[in-house]
Amino acid sequence: MAFHSSSAAVAEAFYAQMALIRRTEQTFFDLYAQGLLAGTVHTSIGQEACAVGVVNALDRERDVIFSSHRAHGHFLAYCDDVDGLVAELLGRSTGVCGGVGGTQHLHVRNLYTNGVQGGIVPNAVGAALAEKLAGQGAIVVVFLGDGTMGQGTVYESMNLASLWSLPLLFVLEDNQYAQSTHKSLEHAGKLADRPLPFGIARAELEADDVFAVHAAAVQAAAHVRAEGRPFFLALHTYRLAPHSKGDDTRSEEELAIYRARDPLARLARQLPVASRAAIDAQVAARIEAAVTRALAAEPQSVAQFQERARWRPQ
Amino acid sequence: MATSVTYVESLRAALHDVMRNDLHAVVLGEDILDPYGGAFKVTLGLSSDFPDRVFTTPICEASIAGVSVGMALRGLHPIAEIMFGDFLALAADQIVNHAAKYPAMYNGHVQVPLVIRTPMGGGRGYGPTHSQSLERLFFGVPHLKLVAASHVHDAGALLQQAVADPEPVIFIENKLLYPRRLMLANNGAVVRDESIDGYGYPVVTLRNYPEGMTPDVTVIAYGGMSWQLVELLERFAGEEVRVLACLPACISPWDAAPAVDCASASGRVLIVEESPVDFGWGAEVAASIYDVAGRKLQAPIRRLGTAPTVIPAAKALEDQVLVSPEAIEEAILDLLRY
Repeated sequence: MAFHSSSAAVAEAFYAQMALIRRTEQTFFDLYAQGLLAGTVHTSIGQEACAVGVVNALDRERDVIFSSHRAHGHFLAYCDDVDGLVAELLGRSTGVCGGVGGTQHLHVRNLYTNGVQGGIVPNAVGAALAEKLAGQGAIVVVFLGDGTMGQGTVYESMNLASLWSLPLLFVLEDNQYAQSTHKSLEHAGKLADRPLPFGIARAELEADDVFAVHAAAVQAAAHVRAEGRPFFLALHTYRLAPHSKGDDTRSEEELAIYRARDPLARLARQLPVASRAAIDAQVAARIEAAVTRALAAEPQSVAQFQERARWRPQ
Repeated sequence: MATSVTYVESLRAALHDVMRNDLHAVVLGEDILDPYGGAFKVTLGLSSDFPDRVFTTPICEASIAGVSVGMALRGLHPIAEIMFGDFLALAADQIVNHAAKYPAMYNGHVQVPLVIRTPMGGGRGYGPTHSQSLERLFFGVPHLKLVAASHVHDAGALLQQAVADPEPVIFIENKLLYPRRLMLANNGAVVRDESIDGYGYPVVTLRNYPEGMTPDVTVIAYGGMSWQLVELLERFAGEEVRVLACLPACISPWDAAPAVDCASASGRVLIVEESPVDFGWGAEVAASIYDVAGRKLQAPIRRLGTAPTVIPAAKALEDQVLVSPEAIEEAILDLLRY
């Protein structure tokens, strides 16, 4: 995965991934408005540079990813399976988890997400211990939000990862808000300093430039792989869309500041108009086809769910 | 029976067998390294024999469970020790929302073959936070098994079966049973039989009367209740009261069939558990008997449990709060009046 960050091909590849994440999540809002998507959806609109920068720094063949409720971006950057994701959120049998998991509970190959804040972090520690024992050089990445930094399991996990020298990369996506509450009302001290007393090295940067995020993640992943030690990458980002759907209480003034720093728009400005338009068209066509296919698919039958999940009717 | 192993020896030998035969097995928990070997010595010797796969942990039960879940997701067979069953409450999110959910919520794509071993039960004066039988909080959680080892079960074999189970298992040990010798054959007046339930786990029945006769009373219980029942059956044999005891190992989920058979045989049923009876295991067992065999009952089902309060540290108080042999005896005599 040794992209040379300045090359045009890399810029186009990153743009295609970020645009796919953005447009897919916007499509989820549209589908919800049309009454086709039930339940909830947590989007990462505005945070795409984190997912694309970090996941492209990994070895997709062997590395392991854990994420939480806001994981569409990590999922798409990892496996590009827009069909599987759209069908999953639309509750179809063709979804990656047959519609059982839905938006917050995704699994494909070495990627696992769960919707309880902080719970995946010790799971990632266990996966890192498994990789250390296997000795194949794989690393584990766990994505955390600033809100999750309130959970005790995060600190238990930092302690264990450092104590046992595990190949675990913590990636903090600090978008400043836990649902509706600003981090200043939740956290004393500085989140990026949290790993230091555990003896975990860290880096910290603004995440509106995907190339900068990618370069930092490449360094971080190399450190984890070479040293067999955890590392903590703190990314300052911002969620431009609501926590879920229309539940935004932030001011227009604040949102305007961050819209001007949109990482997707920033990258778009660096591409030739023609290649950008071609990618946009291709992304739109892929998503449209995915939605069409998903809507045509059946929901998984209870009988099939029962057979797959192995439960007994009473 | 003097040559049989003790409960703790059986469990310890099983852990050594598992580690020797399964290179994916990993043991972790607090204070489990030699020379200490765990608070109840079940892991004694393991870290000396398998130093690369035995991990002592900080005091962090949520993460002990959570790390185990992560290892299990990635192909290992973790066996975690929670030092006292009371501390399972700290691990509840990992057990309920992670271990038990991953396989089904990922549509059957993954397994979490995880065993969490923990001792439950009072009688040792440890007081309110080290004496409970908190398995009751986990009854009925889908995709989670609760397996309880009594001293009339082959405790070590049962542990090995739990390790081989593809579903997450909470393996419940009992503090008072650790030093007791296993009773794996007939003993005095007590005849021991074993069958297999619908989940593949052993159900032990004990009786104090000859084959072919009908029992007067059926007692259904699990885990740490076993030693009281053996003594009771022996005593009732002298009084010619025929008692059939049924001790399942897999207590949740619940295959009612073996217990229903035992209940139907006498029509008089007592269910004993070391927890308050309200909303407890006995309620589920009683309901499942009423569902299938209600017409065969000659008396209302009786349930016995601990008082609905904390378990006191003072011995004199603790004895009265826990289920006593006298209370079981009295309940059986009550049932005989029907």
